[in-house]
Amino acid sequence: MTAPEILQARNVSKSYGGVRALKDVTFTAYRGKVNVLVGENGAGKSTLMKILSGAEQPTSGEILLDGEPVTLPSPRDAQARGIGIIHQELSLFPDLSIAENMFAGRELRRGRRFVDARRQRRRAREVLTRLGQERLDPGTLVGELPIGQQQLVEIGRALLEDVRVLIMDEPTSALSSHEVGVLFGVMADLREQDVTVIYISHKLDEFRRIGDWVTVFRDGNLVAHESMSRTDTGWIVRQMVGRDPDSLYVRNSSAVGDVLLEVRDLSVAGAVPVDNVSLTVRAGEVVGIYGLMGAGRTELVECLMGMRKPVTGAVHIRGKAENEGTVQARMGAGLALVPEDRQRDGLVQTMSVRDNILLAIVARLTHGGLLSGGAEQKTAAAKVKDLAIKIPGLSAAVTALSGGNQQKVVLARALLTEPVVLLLDEPTRGIDVGAKAQIAALMADLAAQGFGVLFISSELAEVIAMADRVLVMARGRITAEFTAENVTEEALVAASASDRVLEAS
Amino acid sequence: MTDTHVASPPKGAAAPEPGGPARNPALARAALLLLRGRTLVVLVLLVVFFSAISSEYLTQSNLILMTKHVAINAILAIGVTFVILTGGIDLSVGSIAGLAGMVSGGLLFKGLNVPGGTVFFSVAVVILIGIVVGALVGAVNGLVITRFKVAPFIATLGMLYVARGLAQLHSNGGTYPDLAGDPSRGNTGFHFIGVDSVLGIPVAVWIMVLVAIAAVVVTTRTPFGRRIFAVGGNERAAILAGIRVNRVKIAVYVISGACAALAGLLLTSELGAAYPDTATTYELNAIAAAVLGGTALSGGRGTIIGTVMGAFVIGFLSDGLVLVGVSTFWQSVVKGAVIVFAVITEQAQQRLQSGLAKHTA
Repeated sequence: MTAPEILQARNVSKSYGGVRALKDVTFTAYRGKVNVLVGENGAGKSTLMKILSGAEQPTSGEILLDGEPVTLPSPRDAQARGIGIIHQELSLFPDLSIAENMFAGRELRRGRRFVDARRQRRRAREVLTRLGQERLDPGTLVGELPIGQQQLVEIGRALLEDVRVLIMDEPTSALSSHEVGVLFGVMADLREQDVTVIYISHKLDEFRRIGDWVTVFRDGNLVAHESMSRTDTGWIVRQMVGRDPDSLYVRNSSAVGDVLLEVRDLSVAGAVPVDNVSLTVRAGEVVGIYGLMGAGRTELVECLMGMRKPVTGAVHIRGKAENEGTVQARMGAGLALVPEDRQRDGLVQTMSVRDNILLAIVARLTHGGLLSGGAEQKTAAAKVKDLAIKIPGLSAAVTALSGGNQQKVVLARALLTEPVVLLLDEPTRGIDVGAKAQIAALMADLAAQGFGVLFISSELAEVIAMADRVLVMARGRITAEFTAENVTEEALVAASASDRVLEAS
Repeated sequence: MTDTHVASPPKGAAAPEPGGPARNPALARAALLLLRGRTLVVLVLLVVFFSAISSEYLTQSNLILMTKHVAINAILAIGVTFVILTGGIDLSVGSIAGLAGMVSGGLLFKGLNVPGGTVFFSVAVVILIGIVVGALVGAVNGLVITRFKVAPFIATLGMLYVARGLAQLHSNGGTYPDLAGDPSRGNTGFHFIGVDSVLGIPVAVWIMVLVAIAAVVVTTRTPFGRRIFAVGGNERAAILAGIRVNRVKIAVYVISGACAALAGLLLTSELGAAYPDTATTYELNAIAAAVLGGTALSGGRGTIIGTVMGAFVIGFLSDGLVLVGVSTFWQSVVKGAVIVFAVITEQAQQRLQSGLAKHTA
């Protein structure tokens, strides 16, 4: 049953300054298997992967490859030994083609000085075919691809090398379920070819489909290592957070009140259009929008927030027609958006935690035209306490916070605008399980206070567990609507791939 | 509810672990403090260095003279700092200064032709008109950048030529040689702002102080100031926070234009005549002062005080080099090297800062 071990970290510890990120960890990756690593953010998985890929050196302990002790002084040395890594953040050149990206830094040559573009394109095409993307032209600029295909290009880059161990750090966080399916197919192929995969993921429902072994990290310790078949989701979550998974998502159960947001026949033009969408959100209601990347979900909420101009359609907030489509007008009418990409659209990285929280309402915190430091401090501190944001101090740089706490900062800013309907675009993306539970609890709590909550999610389990009503979007249209009672995973997946339009009732 | 226990931080500075990025936090903090105040440190070093070489450097009269030289560049640089904080750049300030000088000089020298004769305005009105002209040119910059989505570098490079051309057209390339005015026209006293002193300090220096104080208050104590930093730090986030980004951008170019015009008026007053080539290439000194003072060209980071200090470093360095008899060619070389060195230390500061932030987080 046990496959031979190929890569092992033995008694590895790593300290940054006085903080011990890894504590005497012994981790084994089995040859030709998919070894899944899970754990909350900061649990030590990424640190271990950096050590195994040569980007960091352990403070103590050793690394064994095929049973031989090795040192990996740099990523290049690790690559030379057949250890490749795909990072969570894409490192591609948007203005170069797919083929040029794949061969960047190790171009195929013709003669000594010239790039053999034709051979590169041919090899790139082979790799794309292997990734199930045979229709993709290797000459396409990477910047023109949707994010999911960009991720596949990144993976293709690693496949060009002769990899024996491929480390993937959350490669599916931006992929649609179709693309995830393709990726898992590739991983299964790699496994057939005796390539070892080390796969870091937050998505419980996904990695259970593909993993052979699962290793759980918590607080810099390796707390569990088990064959996937002998585990279940509940067991894994318990190991990760040290408590029961049933408490993970809190269901809203408050009484539903008046219609707060009504959208009628809204259409937005563009690369990803929104096509005749109608929906309502009532007070005390948590409405989920499920759909794949590129279904128009983000475009829909951005249009509601006044960041995109609609072609047609009407928006009513608290029964009043909102004709002026600016961010300021929509904010004044009672909408607030927590964006999908908090680094790009949410945080001002050069500002402190306090200034980020107060950004949307600074004009209210003045005394005789000048900012009132006392009022600022008090307002920000109150929200930090409300949302239990963990910060070193209000004047700390916002970039020093963990993902979950950064998300709460963006949420705090949105709540300070005193919205009646809160729009949340993938509110739990890229944050750990503990923080997810907190955000979910906050959403339920807001609904109980009489807010309307409209959230977008790509995670089936999350939508099913949290939403009172689920709308499914595909190709810019709403294709299905379910209640908490009749929603199932299968129905959601089917509707998200559907062309059928739900007749507006 | 998350009871994840974080490793307890080391007590005191005696962290036994080797090889961490911030091995000695106390030392790192001291270095950071030094880097943050580096413009001041450099300024003090300059004064110490030049006064050791030349006994004339650290005299009251020379200090006042040098500060007066600093004043004009500092006012330009304060305006440019507003623009750079939003992530933009303003290359047109030297030309705006020249144009404002010509417009005001023309009004004083030959008046304004209106149907039925020539009108002369009082000096206060002339100064006001000069500043309004600068603000309007700045508004054009802002509109071109926000309405037509032209990159600030290009838009203001264009304005650099346009405004200079307008300055030359104003007099057909000539000079307005006499700005003293005439008591019968009620327009005497233009020399007050550029030549006279109050309480032994040149008026230009007082004006610089007032402009600097106003700019500090606006940037640090008003919602508008906060919005400037937000737009420069992350424009998309600023939009979503309900900030009217285009308005903020237009406003900073207006401020920059007005500051440039004011500097042009001071310079024209000091010279006693309006030349169309006044303040040519001054935009580079202004940008250099801002950068030297720690303003990040990427936006969102910088201070007015830093910019003023930067202007002092540039001014005291130039005058010091002149005083000890270094050739103008070498002055140029030294100035350039200092600017690049300043940016290098800025990078070091950012690295150290984020290192320490991770350490405390």
